[in-house]
Amino acid sequence: MARWPTVVRYAVLFAGALLFLFPFYYMLIGSLQSEPDTSVGGAFPTSGLTLGNYADINSRVDLLGSLVNSGIFTGGVLLCTVVFGVLAGYALARLQFRGRGTLFVIVLLVQVIPFQLLLVPLYVLIVRGYGLADSYLGMILPFAINTTAVFVFRQFFLQLPDDLFAAARLDGAGELRILRSVALPLVRPALLTAVLLTFIGPWNEFLWPFLITKDADMQPLAVSLANYISNVASRAANPFGAILAGACVLAAPAVALFIAFQRHFTSTDLGSGVKG
Amino acid sequence: MTTAPIEGGVRRNRVAAFFGRHPVGMILAAPYAVYIAVVFAYPLGFSLWISFQDYFFAAPGAIVDHPFVGFDNYTAVLSDPAVRQAFGNILVFLVINVPLTTALALLLAVALNRVVHARTFLRVAFYVPYVTASVAVVGVWLFLFNSDGLVNTVLGPLAPDPSWLVNEGLAMPVIAVFVTWKQLGFFILLYLAALQNVPKELYESASVDGAGAWSKFWSVTVPAVRPATALVVILSLITGANLFTEPYLLTGGGGPSGASTSPVLLMYQRGIQQGEPDFAAALGVLLVIGVLIVAFVNWRFIERRD
Repeated sequence: MARWPTVVRYAVLFAGALLFLFPFYYMLIGSLQSEPDTSVGGAFPTSGLTLGNYADINSRVDLLGSLVNSGIFTGGVLLCTVVFGVLAGYALARLQFRGRGTLFVIVLLVQVIPFQLLLVPLYVLIVRGYGLADSYLGMILPFAINTTAVFVFRQFFLQLPDDLFAAARLDGAGELRILRSVALPLVRPALLTAVLLTFIGPWNEFLWPFLITKDADMQPLAVSLANYISNVASRAANPFGAILAGACVLAAPAVALFIAFQRHFTSTDLGSGVKG
Repeated sequence: MTTAPIEGGVRRNRVAAFFGRHPVGMILAAPYAVYIAVVFAYPLGFSLWISFQDYFFAAPGAIVDHPFVGFDNYTAVLSDPAVRQAFGNILVFLVINVPLTTALALLLAVALNRVVHARTFLRVAFYVPYVTASVAVVGVWLFLFNSDGLVNTVLGPLAPDPSWLVNEGLAMPVIAVFVTWKQLGFFILLYLAALQNVPKELYESASVDGAGAWSKFWSVTVPAVRPATALVVILSLITGANLFTEPYLLTGGGGPSGASTSPVLLMYQRGIQQGEPDFAAALGVLLVIGVLIVAFVNWRFIERRD
């Protein structure tokens, strides 16, 4: 092929990449400016950068407390998904039991039905019925076992060779032992990808924790920052600076984790889940 | 296939006939099954039940009856002008978002698939909006699209008046573009996975036939990734139908004058803020029926062309 299509391809990709990254750059710059400067030059400041906005947002939103709440919410979901999701995924892939077909159809169905249909009944049940408003349990419950992760775990276990399992069973190993010492070590890299994808959900989730946490001490950072944006921003000296500082704090852990593990975030790992 | 052990064979076989060859699987899958029953199946039924009742929030412990009202809630939903507006808004959203997402994701995936240099940088750049919280990136979009924001500064006299997010005609398109930007990385990933399965020989034989890059894209790539396209379209439809955070924060609760209200935002406002869960439940049921119909039509359409 001619040389110039390659050049064009790179030019388009780099232009697109810069367009995609610019809001992140601008978020960081805006969070460091004491006065919002929306001129073109303001996007490339040479001086006057300050951490004042971080102190400002921290005095209005308890950043550390909110981060801890986000962490507990996310950690709870990850723990339940990894433990119970792997068990269910293994059973669906490798064991023949009554109801397996039905359960698999349910796994597929759950992924099609949007969470929003369950919004009202879950709110009525969890907040009004079980009194779990402003609690970690109430926050975690609707997301506890990520169905997409169950599906992806099943695909991973399905790809392992049959002989492996037959041999382990002949040796008299129980299913839990086979899962722990044969199957899990073989799917570990793929497992990491699934865990990373699961992490994004609760860490970034806004609607559900927003509905059930009215107590500021229980709110994850996404909720307390959103409340700040919609309620109190008008009273701050530099509302955008404070919002962007909060946004950086909220974005940083997910972006840092993603960059650290980005080589696991590949199409081949995920592809095995998507191909079905 | 292994044969059942001889000793106790008959009894084992009878157990196996009922519970399957590995009854232990039922125990391993039980926590997930219980979870689905409690957090998914029961609320789903409860939602349907609420939508046929005159349901309201009562003081804790108070016993009130919720009379059966048939399709009253559904009639109320369908005759509500705010609901019609919200569904119209979502239509505008989908008409912009779905084609834009599908086309850009496929083109960028094809381009990224053949990249040798700067792979990591390019991948990270396109995926990073997807892994970031909506609430965080909404903050910076508010800053960019504010009436004296950078976008308007750059446009100068071309800046729309009223500005983007407070303009009835532009609020929803801005949200559609925002969501496209936010979700594109995930769809690129899906297409990249699909592209790995396109047989190389197809491209080779197209080259022998003298096809150029563009005609190879249309005659080989597009048909080969059709199942992935079906998935991308359905998933972006579901994302669109679930729109909440963006109109809630970006346009200050679905403004201006309801021009960016989404059905889910309306469910929140009517069901939880204004205490009409029966109305919201009926709206939710209608929304999901709508999504399922569109998803099914899309699936049949793509299936038939195979």
